[in-house]
Amino acid sequence: MDSDTPVISAERVWKLFGPNPEAYLSRMPEGHSFEDIRSDGYIAGVKDVSLEVSKGEMLVIMGLSGSGKSTLVRCFSRLHDITGGVVKIDGQDIMSLNATELIELRRSKMGMVFQSFGLLPHRTVLENVAFPLEMRGQDRHARRERALEMVRLVGLDGREDYFPRELSGGQQQRVGIARSLAIEPNIWFLDEPFSALDPLIRREMQDEFLRLQDMLGKTIVFITHDFDEALRLADRIAIMKDGAVEQVDTPDKIVLDPATEYVAKFTEEVDKASVVHASVLAREGESVDGEPVPGNATILSLARRLVEDRSDTIPVSLPDGRTGALDRKAALAVLFGEKE
Amino acid sequence: MSDSTRVDAMRQGAEAASIGATRTRTIVLTLIGAAILLAVLKPWIPSVLVRLPDDAILPWADWLDAGFSWLQNDIGLIHVTRTISGWLGFLTDAAANILYGKARWPRLEALPWSVVAACSAVLGFWLGGWRLALLAGGTFVWTALMGQWRWAMETLSVIAVAVPFGFCIGLLLGMCAWKSRRFEEALRPVLLVLQTLPFYSYLLPAVIFFKVGPTAASVATIVYSMPPMILMTIVGLRKVPPDVVEAGRMSGCTRWQMLRYVFLPSARSEILVGLNQVIMLALAMVVLTAFIGMPGLGAKLLAMMNSFKLGRSFEIGVTIVLLAVTLDRLSKAWVVKQPEHFERGTPWWQRHLFLLLGIATFMLFYLLSQFLPILDEIGRRQSLSRGSEIDTLIKGFLGISWVKAITDFIRWFFNIWVLIPTELALLFLPTFTVILAMTGIGYLLGGWFPALVAFLFFSAVAQLGWWDRAMLTLHSTLTAVFLAMLFGMPLAIWAAQRERASRWMIFACDTAQTFPSFIYLLPAIMLFGITPITVILAILIYTMVPVVRYTVEGLRGVPREITEAADMAGATRWQKLWKVEFPLAMPTIAVGLNQAFIFAFFMVIIAAFIGTRDLGQEMQRTLAGTDLGKNFTLGFSVVFMALSLDIAINSWARKRREILGQ
Repeated sequence: MDSDTPVISAERVWKLFGPNPEAYLSRMPEGHSFEDIRSDGYIAGVKDVSLEVSKGEMLVIMGLSGSGKSTLVRCFSRLHDITGGVVKIDGQDIMSLNATELIELRRSKMGMVFQSFGLLPHRTVLENVAFPLEMRGQDRHARRERALEMVRLVGLDGREDYFPRELSGGQQQRVGIARSLAIEPNIWFLDEPFSALDPLIRREMQDEFLRLQDMLGKTIVFITHDFDEALRLADRIAIMKDGAVEQVDTPDKIVLDPATEYVAKFTEEVDKASVVHASVLAREGESVDGEPVPGNATILSLARRLVEDRSDTIPVSLPDGRTGALDRKAALAVLFGEKE
Repeated sequence: MSDSTRVDAMRQGAEAASIGATRTRTIVLTLIGAAILLAVLKPWIPSVLVRLPDDAILPWADWLDAGFSWLQNDIGLIHVTRTISGWLGFLTDAAANILYGKARWPRLEALPWSVVAACSAVLGFWLGGWRLALLAGGTFVWTALMGQWRWAMETLSVIAVAVPFGFCIGLLLGMCAWKSRRFEEALRPVLLVLQTLPFYSYLLPAVIFFKVGPTAASVATIVYSMPPMILMTIVGLRKVPPDVVEAGRMSGCTRWQMLRYVFLPSARSEILVGLNQVIMLALAMVVLTAFIGMPGLGAKLLAMMNSFKLGRSFEIGVTIVLLAVTLDRLSKAWVVKQPEHFERGTPWWQRHLFLLLGIATFMLFYLLSQFLPILDEIGRRQSLSRGSEIDTLIKGFLGISWVKAITDFIRWFFNIWVLIPTELALLFLPTFTVILAMTGIGYLLGGWFPALVAFLFFSAVAQLGWWDRAMLTLHSTLTAVFLAMLFGMPLAIWAAQRERASRWMIFACDTAQTFPSFIYLLPAIMLFGITPITVILAILIYTMVPVVRYTVEGLRGVPREITEAADMAGATRWQKLWKVEFPLAMPTIAVGLNQAFIFAFFMVIIAAFIGTRDLGQEMQRTLAGTDLGKNFTLGFSVVFMALSLDIAINSWARKRREILGQ
């Protein structure tokens, strides 16, 4: 496998719920809408989705409840068997795996965090974290070492012998996170991991999560119904509605250039200046005089410079080392939330 | 689904319901009207409709007997059961040896009573603090002091064998039913029948296939105690949260690992509740196995009641109740007991404090009892039993003129004005009237399915050939349940208005429900001796428990906002009760009523030994011989009547709940 192969790739994936989904899908006419399918007695959990996630990337799947985002991630991990299409993990079609191979794949490559934590109530924190290691038959000593390390990583040292019910929601989810990381997975699925937490704790857990991701650099599929959370965390966002993906793009592009009206509705309330980065607005190859601003700075953080600098364009240092030119008027329009 | 479509659906539902209501009324009125007409025209209608003639009744009993003997001899089931019987006998003998020194393997001495009492106190302390310690220890001290140790141990030796079997087989069947829909669908009706099958129908096959004595008692007890274990296992496994299941699968569990590490531990509470049920039903049944000659507390109680030794009966009754409460509380405490974590570095002995304490207590009392024989065994002469004194006391009390006047009046009044007229009326009714009326009631309560069931089942009762006796059984249950509602409802309504009273009432009912059903005969016999009233009174007390319990629970369960809304709408207390609380509580009350009927059918059969003239009496007679066929035709007459009511009431409750959106 070469390094360009996407870690997860989905091609025209369908997941239908109903009495006989395979047969239905094979005779279903092209272009049937969600409502058409429903009136035939089927629910389209995932509807013709194609996307790729590359190594080290964090894809956030965003959608309201019932939009199929949880179903989609369960198709990636084959907690659901898909009805049509192909899901490949590291280039391998996971529907072709037999039961043993699937278990092996999960034991070696995948970790998952759940919305309501999914902790085993009769096991201590340490035993919960060590659970996947125990399942793959690691010896007691090694799994204890590893579990302790994970517990420390999520900042629960001293609580190893507590039972889940003795922990707060935030702490329980830390256990969930530690457990999902215990086997050192390459792929990390997080299904609305912070939705069950109250807002303050949620913010704290997001920071914690970003810290972990900086350290570990996993390939991540993160599910949320909270658009702000998506913007804050994502490399790319996939917005779902009725089982289909409406748009997959970087947060900047989604805010600046929503593909559909549905997406646009989400972006309306967003403060674009705090999402859009200088590098996205910059025109490449033009050289401009003056002190360059960093390309990964948001427009909001450049507000003072944009207002005080009198030149038409401002130099930007792009990630690849070249410089670009930022149109000051365009940037100000973003800053003040004006439509172009 | 959008709200508007839901509203549409509900409106359509309501319209359909109102059209349905008029149609239901027509059908019910037609059925009931026809039934009444038949009764009025009794002298002129064909005699077939009055009673099925004898030559129209098929020889079910003979056929069943032939079937059983085919199973037993031609298929060779008897060899299988006799082998099982050997193993079970070995186990019950071993338990008997340890508990009361029966001369069998492993030929240890009987455990001194003080050891058992002290160790159960430690167990009680571990599970639920000093109260439970006192209860558990106190029960065994009482048993020993009353000179009932050996009988209690005879009873417990059967329980000790039956409960693990009932638990394991129930768990296994529950897991199979959870895995396979088809198996569950096949199992459900069997469980329904087992739930309503009179206990004599457990006893006789047990005797025939497993010989008289502890083995047959164990088999009957195992079969009887298993159904709730199966149901609780299914419920528990279904209730494991999807997140936990998916977490297990994502952790790479194999199927076996899923079951062993994820499903079973997560269903722990329900499985242990199932165990609690197994223990309680086992106790209830093992007491009844007295009827097939199993020695123990039940046999003694039966003997004492038969010879009208009220004092002794009372003492044994107290022991049985104490045992029931102890076993119930201990197993329930285990359900709620959560593992506690220890701080890092807690020494080993502190982590296993209670285990060590238990071992130490065992050794201490074992040693002590070697030197102090009184701690080993309390003989009859040393016991504190005051049977004859209590006897004189009770008989003296009942002999006081005004007490006697009251009991005599009650006896006269009920006999002359309630029991005899209603009984004669029910016997007067043509068979076909009863069938039609029951069908009508079934339709009224639950629509065509319960109606069909009632029609078929009551026709079957007629066809089985014990119609008059079946009517006597039905009469006792209907009267007793009606009286239970008459007395129980006001009590429950009174309690439900008060926070503390409701809590006490539910507690009292829950405790009373753990008593083996046999016990309920005791107060009835004490008050009225051996008369028809006694039977009704015993059923009445027994069935009042579920009636009161579920009425209180239903009324208390009405959501706060709704009663507050009623208050704000200016409802008086009575208006609130009749217009708001009762309608909302009805489904729950119906559950209680249903239970009351099942209990009543159970109790009326037990009461046979007092001397009734109904199905139970005939069934009891079959115990003396090998009339398996007759036993089962009688048993199924009860099952059919009980199930008709059960299905009708349950479907009514379910429909009501749907309408109320509960």
